[in-house]
Amino acid sequence: MRVIYALWLRQMKRYFRARSRIIGAIGQPLLYLLALGYGLGSVYKQGGNGNYVTFLVPGVMAQTVLFSAVFFGINIIFDKQFGFLKETMVAPVSRFKIMLGGALGGATTSVLQGLLVFCLSFALGFRPYNWAMVPVAFGFLIVLSVALASFSSGVGAMVNDFQGFQAINQFLIFPLFFLSGALYPLTHVPTALKVIAAINPISYAVDALRTTLLNQTHYGLAKDTIALGTTAIVLVAFGVYRFRKIEA
Amino acid sequence: MEKIILAENLTKQFGNLTAVDSISFSVTKGEIFAFLGPNGAGKSTTIKMLTTLLQPTSGRLELAGFDVVTHQDEVRKSFGIVFQDPSVDDELTALENMQLHGAMYNVPRAELGSRVEELLRLVELWERKDSLVKTFSGGMKRRLEIARGLLHHPHILFLDEPTLGLDTQTRNLLWEYVRQLSKKEGMTIFFSTHYLEEAEQIAEHIAIIDHGKIVARGTAAQLKKQTKTKSLEEAYLALTGKELRDESASSKDTARLRVRAAGRR
Repeated sequence: MRVIYALWLRQMKRYFRARSRIIGAIGQPLLYLLALGYGLGSVYKQGGNGNYVTFLVPGVMAQTVLFSAVFFGINIIFDKQFGFLKETMVAPVSRFKIMLGGALGGATTSVLQGLLVFCLSFALGFRPYNWAMVPVAFGFLIVLSVALASFSSGVGAMVNDFQGFQAINQFLIFPLFFLSGALYPLTHVPTALKVIAAINPISYAVDALRTTLLNQTHYGLAKDTIALGTTAIVLVAFGVYRFRKIEA
Repeated sequence: MEKIILAENLTKQFGNLTAVDSISFSVTKGEIFAFLGPNGAGKSTTIKMLTTLLQPTSGRLELAGFDVVTHQDEVRKSFGIVFQDPSVDDELTALENMQLHGAMYNVPRAELGSRVEELLRLVELWERKDSLVKTFSGGMKRRLEIARGLLHHPHILFLDEPTLGLDTQTRNLLWEYVRQLSKKEGMTIFFSTHYLEEAEQIAEHIAIIDHGKIVARGTAAQLKKQTKTKSLEEAYLALTGKELRDESASSKDTARLRVRAAGRR
């Protein structure tokens, strides 16, 4: 536990020392909320669906966590190239703990970003339908961010250069986000899109957030929980497996 | 004499390439041992096997009485290391780097504070303990790494080309610490270097590796006598030849150089 805590603390210190990064990471979600939220809001309302900005908030919270947690793996490449990884590789500590300590740090910062979006959305008129469900929503957000940060640590362990890491990320992040139902309801979309969304784990995260924050559900909380739980187990296992294979 | 490092028929193959070819050597507890060789000779591979970063293909390798493959954690606790390239976290302070190391090696909390202070004072960095490491010079980082490597009371200290790129003053000071440690704490020092005068002055025993095999072992005096030369450098060249070695850089090395060229993060 001491090791995991120390490695988690390391990520926290690094995060809070890079304030510009915190502000930068908030820009994109705000853009989605403002540009899409107000840009498409009137069309959405005319369609009889209610307030689009409110509908978007859970999706954009998931987006924030998705982007920042998947980006976390870049730190593993930094650690490789700036040498710190070697210090951890010769320490009498299992690779599992090293991976987990870092990933928990990355997950915490991602959830903090998500929390920031949640708070900012109040200025745009968003209110959760039931405050008692807010901790549940953040529970889902935590599971999602641990899963994604572990996954990206695994990717960071596999590749040695930034370009390779970015290529893998761009290839994954945008489809996962745009095909998830974060930006539109899945009720009336074409079947092909419905199928794709159904195999995309982000859809379930978005749905879980929407269920707990807005009481609007597509899959139902039980399905969301199972899908997200399974994804988390697979992604953490992937991270651990790839981390064990790092050769110095 | 107690053997603290023992290698017998140690071999490492990468596919068809035999990087280390059945080498045997031993290091006595408390001595200062230099491990020399041209680039690409198998030196780094051997050091990686000694420090558990690579698994031997065959042969026996023991540190402090523990087998490096079957007792990895005990072996890891038994040594400290200063790598060729910096391995401290630039975004943390000197003190934070030390504390993180202490947590990973499970140094008792009650002892950690005083041990960190003692070591940072030894390497003359106590005044700078709260500065971010990215503000340190190359020599200061190296000193911090030495202090960090000693934090968990290792029996052996590995120094992989520790003086590379340092000015003469810093090199002098660094070897001064090393001598002190060896004398005071009876610590075994295992180092590699391309500066042969350092090996000649400091090491009690020397081994030279080339083409994956140990080509010579002994004290500096013995090596000079064996090759009928006047300095260790001449003896070294007599043993390993004068032709240049071109080591192909691994992709990781290339990436690292690119990062350096592009400037710091």
